[in-house]
Amino acid sequence: MGRIWISLLFLIIVAWVGPFWAGEVPLGLPPIPIPADNPQSPEKIALGKRLFEDKRFSGDGTISCATCHDPTKAFTDGEPTADGINNLRGTRNSPTVINAAYYEAQFWDGRRSSLEEQAKDPFLNPIEHGLTSHEQILETIRRDGSYPAQFRSVFGIEPRNITIDHVVKAIASFERTIISGDSPFDRYLYGDDKTAMSESAIRGLEIYRTKGRCQDCHTIGQTNATFTDNKFHNLGVGFKRIEARVMQIASAFRKAKQEGRDIDRSVLGDKEISELGRFVITLRPSDIGQFKTPTLRNVAVTAPYMHDGSLQTLEEVVELYNKGGEKNPFLDSGIRPLNLTDQEKADLVAFMKSLTSPQFANVTPSKKKE
Amino acid sequence: MSEKMTRRTFLKAAGAFTAAAALPVGLVEMAWGQKSSEKFTFAYISDAHITQIKGTEFVKNFDKGLQKAVFEVNFMDPKPDFVVFGGDLAQLGKKEEFEHGLEIMKDLTVPVKWVTGEHDYYLDLGKYWQEKISPLYYSFDHKGVHFVVLNSILTDDDWTYKRWPTPEERMLQMARLDNPHGSPFMVKEEQRAWLKKDLAKTGKETPIVVLSHSPLYKIFKPWNFWTDDAEEVQVILSPFKNVMVLHGHVHQILYNQIGNIPFNAFLATAWPWPYPVSYSQLPNKVPAMTVFMNRADPFKERDGTGWGYFDVNGGMLHHYELWENTPRMVRAGGKMKHPEDTEYQDPTKRIPPQEHY
Repeated sequence: MGRIWISLLFLIIVAWVGPFWAGEVPLGLPPIPIPADNPQSPEKIALGKRLFEDKRFSGDGTISCATCHDPTKAFTDGEPTADGINNLRGTRNSPTVINAAYYEAQFWDGRRSSLEEQAKDPFLNPIEHGLTSHEQILETIRRDGSYPAQFRSVFGIEPRNITIDHVVKAIASFERTIISGDSPFDRYLYGDDKTAMSESAIRGLEIYRTKGRCQDCHTIGQTNATFTDNKFHNLGVGFKRIEARVMQIASAFRKAKQEGRDIDRSVLGDKEISELGRFVITLRPSDIGQFKTPTLRNVAVTAPYMHDGSLQTLEEVVELYNKGGEKNPFLDSGIRPLNLTDQEKADLVAFMKSLTSPQFANVTPSKKKE
Repeated sequence: MSEKMTRRTFLKAAGAFTAAAALPVGLVEMAWGQKSSEKFTFAYISDAHITQIKGTEFVKNFDKGLQKAVFEVNFMDPKPDFVVFGGDLAQLGKKEEFEHGLEIMKDLTVPVKWVTGEHDYYLDLGKYWQEKISPLYYSFDHKGVHFVVLNSILTDDDWTYKRWPTPEERMLQMARLDNPHGSPFMVKEEQRAWLKKDLAKTGKETPIVVLSHSPLYKIFKPWNFWTDDAEEVQVILSPFKNVMVLHGHVHQILYNQIGNIPFNAFLATAWPWPYPVSYSQLPNKVPAMTVFMNRADPFKERDGTGWGYFDVNGGMLHHYELWENTPRMVRAGGKMKHPEDTEYQDPTKRIPPQEHY
């Protein structure tokens, strides 16, 4: 019975992700980076999907990866910041998993360098999955009716030898299939279909590349576009929370880190430390308040925006950039007032709406919960 | 070097450096000044070029660069023992520019050792500088290291005193690059004699750090990346086992080794210069060992600028705090007998230039 179930799951997955697994990528995307020590296989991807959706890997049995990275919501949760176990709320907006495989660093502050390493942290964060040890996951897996057979098939190991590294490898393999291109923009720019984008969106692309100064960070390449420079920038969003006491907060964190304080818990559990951004990794003062440039693909269906989810609409985001960000001593020097006209702002929004891939075109942007 | 180094041995040595660089700084032992000095850190800020537009209006970009450096130096942990200011506080040597620059510098919570630059000097020939800021040349001892500050931006008497109708005109002429009416920098006889006398009291094993504005060697004359009597200064420094020259003026990562002397350039807070080799086709002597700093991305007004600090711990480790870019470390006095980038000396490890448009 278990075998049939696995085979069925396998078929569903292959039908969905088959072309990507075979190394083909949708129009407008570069090849998917696959680590040498974690090659893709249909069985591993199927296992990863199952682990991704398993709520048993949480302190109260309510949270899976898919809770905050919900496939029906373009792999986000529609919330300003993530909702974890016991309705505990984190400090950061859940980024979409779509195309996360292309990031050179994971999390808003880049504190993990791979999807595999990223996947380990939320399980143990007290306000996310809320487990106390990865061993709890492994015990659930070993006791499960079909996981042991799946791990044996994928990794050739016995249940007692399953480690968290196997678990996150499978999850990361699944995540490397959650990619999307082939948007109207891709068909317009890379597919030579000059009718794929509206007139307004075409004007928006021109603004994007010139007066809007978007291109320098949300990169569009000659042959493909990931819409990120994989760097970190300070726009001043959320900075007011710490501005008055920033050096005090930064100094206190530096001391705590040197004494071994856990970064993941600090940034998600402490609103002030969260706003230090990239600084918590590098301890360079010039990195204070910097966050990773997120992709813009499917941006129209992944509201709310910014690292703290503080902006509800693309129009608000354009206004933020138009005024030159939120002034603060660490503001990126590339962020300046843009003096966009109303038409130019509308065109930029139309352009961003042309970045939605067909499979997510029907996702309705979430309404703010009250 | 007696033997010509092959690429292979070079890479091997460079690899060894990379491995050492991964160690905590405190564990890195270097030949420079071994056992002769205590462990300490000093920072530098250089080439602020505070520029008055009119009245109380100053170029904001340069103000912000200096403010940012002051802020970040104050945030260092542990605190540096002192900060070297590497010259060119002002753009045209005006009292207003000095006052405005000093107003920003006064927020530093550690003492400052001042080096004068040509932009500070050629309006009043160092009058304001000496009255309100610092002597033009002097020496001091700190935790076993002998520091010497030179005024290396002097030039010949005729050019200085007779050539120009007004001090303002003299200042403007000196501030120009590629100036056919320019004149090369010099330390000059009087200061060289003072230097000889000053070093006569210093043991041959004592670590010496010479601080100047212009490089005490010759790179590119049209931009005055040049000190005309550099060789004569180098001769005075040649008997010392552990001597190093740190300088401003060139606004970029630049290092060299001539005989026993390693040279390291300071970053500027105002703007980065390009390397003459990449910008001008004229003959120049940018040192072969230098791993170039990429041309700054004009999108970011702070790219290519920054400040830095030195860890002195039986050696000198130069941390380049390159803003909006990857910080770099250059070590002086390693096995290669050259200052070297701890990570990027190996060509395969260099930071690729920005290619996107």
